[in-house]
Amino acid sequence: MNDLFIVPWTEQLSTTLWIVVMGFLVAMTCGWVGTFLIVRRSAMVGDAISHSLLPGIAIAFLWTQSRDSLPMFIGAALAGVLTVVLIEALQKSSRIKADASIGIIFSALFALGVVLISLYSDSIDLDAECVLYGEIAFIPLEPWLEMWGREWGPVPVWRMAILAVAVLILMRLFYKELLVTSFDSALAGTLGISPAVYHYGLTILLSLVIVSAFESVGAILVVAMVVFPGATGMLWSDRLDRILLQVPLWSALTAAGGFHLAYAWNVSIAGAMAVVAGAMFLLSWAFSPGRGWFWKRIRRIHQATCIF
Amino acid sequence: MNADESQLIFWQQALRFLSFEDGVVRIAVLGALLLGCACGLVGSFMVVRKLSLFGDTLSHAVLPGVALGFMWNMSKDPWTIFIGAVIAGLAGVAVVQAITRTTHLKEDSAMAMVLAGFYGLGICLLTWLQHSGTGEVAGLDKMLFGQIVALSSEDVWLMAIILVIAGAILFVFYKQYLVLSFDPGFAFCSGIPARLFNGVLMLLLAFTIVAGLQAVGVVLISALLITPAATAYLWTNRFHHMIFLSCGFGMLAGFAGTFVSFLKGGLPTGPFIVLAATLVFVSSWLAAPLHGWVPRHVRNWKRRRRVAIENVLKHIYQLIEQRGPVLNQQIRLRELNQRRNEPLPDSLRVVRQLVRQGLAEWVQVVPAGLHETGGLAFVLTESGHRRAQEQVRNHRLWELYLNQAASYPMDHVHEDAEEMEHLLSAATIERLQRRLAHPTLDPHGKAIPQNEREA
Repeated sequence: MNDLFIVPWTEQLSTTLWIVVMGFLVAMTCGWVGTFLIVRRSAMVGDAISHSLLPGIAIAFLWTQSRDSLPMFIGAALAGVLTVVLIEALQKSSRIKADASIGIIFSALFALGVVLISLYSDSIDLDAECVLYGEIAFIPLEPWLEMWGREWGPVPVWRMAILAVAVLILMRLFYKELLVTSFDSALAGTLGISPAVYHYGLTILLSLVIVSAFESVGAILVVAMVVFPGATGMLWSDRLDRILLQVPLWSALTAAGGFHLAYAWNVSIAGAMAVVAGAMFLLSWAFSPGRGWFWKRIRRIHQATCIF
Repeated sequence: MNADESQLIFWQQALRFLSFEDGVVRIAVLGALLLGCACGLVGSFMVVRKLSLFGDTLSHAVLPGVALGFMWNMSKDPWTIFIGAVIAGLAGVAVVQAITRTTHLKEDSAMAMVLAGFYGLGICLLTWLQHSGTGEVAGLDKMLFGQIVALSSEDVWLMAIILVIAGAILFVFYKQYLVLSFDPGFAFCSGIPARLFNGVLMLLLAFTIVAGLQAVGVVLISALLITPAATAYLWTNRFHHMIFLSCGFGMLAGFAGTFVSFLKGGLPTGPFIVLAATLVFVSSWLAAPLHGWVPRHVRNWKRRRRVAIENVLKHIYQLIEQRGPVLNQQIRLRELNQRRNEPLPDSLRVVRQLVRQGLAEWVQVVPAGLHETGGLAFVLTESGHRRAQEQVRNHRLWELYLNQAASYPMDHVHEDAEEMEHLLSAATIERLQRRLAHPTLDPHGKAIPQNEREA
């Protein structure tokens, strides 16, 4: 017991801390943006974007011949917007339906990305499998932020933290607009709020969040971070603001639980985080007060016995 | 390696591939064709039912099953892996359905959750296998992007069996699946067991996906399910035609992708197959005769031009009518221009079009400059005159029909007739005339021109 729960937080504190903090930040930021995707019924667009960012990043790396963050972010944001634009253009310009156009566009872009990476493997310092899996365990080994003669922690963690704060501020500032455009775009139109602006704004934000989460959790498991915190929250509350407030809680549980599961079984940390997020959802599904499966069953038994 | 040398290798590889003498190449091509065909077949049903992304979800959800199938006897036995993967895939489908039925979360969220949750579990199991160092897991990560040259003849047999099973089931129960796909309400009324048939379809989907993992990988198998079927959807309105086309496009993509990835050794196959499928899709999106972008716009443009021509003919006929029924009347461009109330060059352009189509003739030669063009005169040719008459007849006949048969007020019939006059077919006109007892006057009291032949 001690070995599993005490040692990581004492002897290996600095590794553990940064991994868990990174996992928490990724899950929270993705979860916030993801909640809006869920209520807009476009969770699979999150999956699509997480795949189709690959060619954007690959082209950014090829172009600048470096691994700087700025070109990577620009490439990712452009690729994200391009994905959404193409999906919508395909729907509008032909008889292809939404689901098929999502499938066609993201897989084509992803395939393009993989081909680019394997063709220019000597000049792109990027491994397709690394993008797909990510390795959060390497976060503490990344270059550290140095300021005022001190080291403050790995750069990716700080980048994620800044993004989390930015998402929080944007969400707070534009909460009303996001709410209206998500639930009633006709009303938004009459209020003079352009649904398109918030749609594309959300897309860009999602692309930025996903690209910064890439190196830690990978393209596919980032979908878990996008969808699970919000979906779990939706099992506990019907109010968007309360769901958003719950997201940090579920994210912290995901990150810490995932880390310990991975530590105990010696498995992939990101995978374990996705599993814990899933387990959290299942537990809420069963036991969330009032609407969980368990309580519904109890109530039904109660009602049945009342009749007699 | 210099350019000549690399080009030589390129041609050697191409020759080696196209001669099919190499056993590896034969198996790879056969696998790609079988897989393309199976994916096209099952994918057609998914695309028309708007379930395309189920393939994506399922292909990720099979991963824990792959790992468990491997753990069963710690070997890469394709059969246990196959069974494990199919069970995991079906469990994923069941969870998606349970979530959408019992919570207020929608299908897209449920699919994303199953996709990511199951995949995470699979990654955990695979890394656990790797770290525990038992057996040889190395091949399993090939399932991410696929390496078609790594196919064994056993894998190809598996694909062939699956294709035969899927083909047989979908052929025998084609009618039921057709009804289920396009009219679930009618299917319910006819007593078709929808849940059983849907379950079987999901099973076939899982079979196909698992069979394709080796060749194109987890991530891109869903593309092979969607893209060829969507391509076929652009070519036809008949479902059975769509299925055959979809199988054809799938096989084409499989062959082309395998060929290209073979030219430069060591490249993953899956992405090239997907890119080939996408290329076929994009060209169909542009040029497919029925639903392609270019043919549709050409059709629209032609229709607009026909309507414009017909309107001009109508205006000319009205001018002729004002002066009295004399054949071969000369019309001045200025008159037409005043009647149409448009800039003079526009009138000139439209009459030039009439002349080009043989519907009108200039009375004298057209000068190059635009001055004095208003004084130019033209006559309708015989065919032009006939079409003009038909047009005016259509318009007035429809007005009369609206007024008499549909009791439209007099002042409301014109606008509707402006639209309808371009759409009435010869057969409809025939019936209208019979219905209205071959009328001679329209509701405004103007003569309805009769076809010379009839008169």
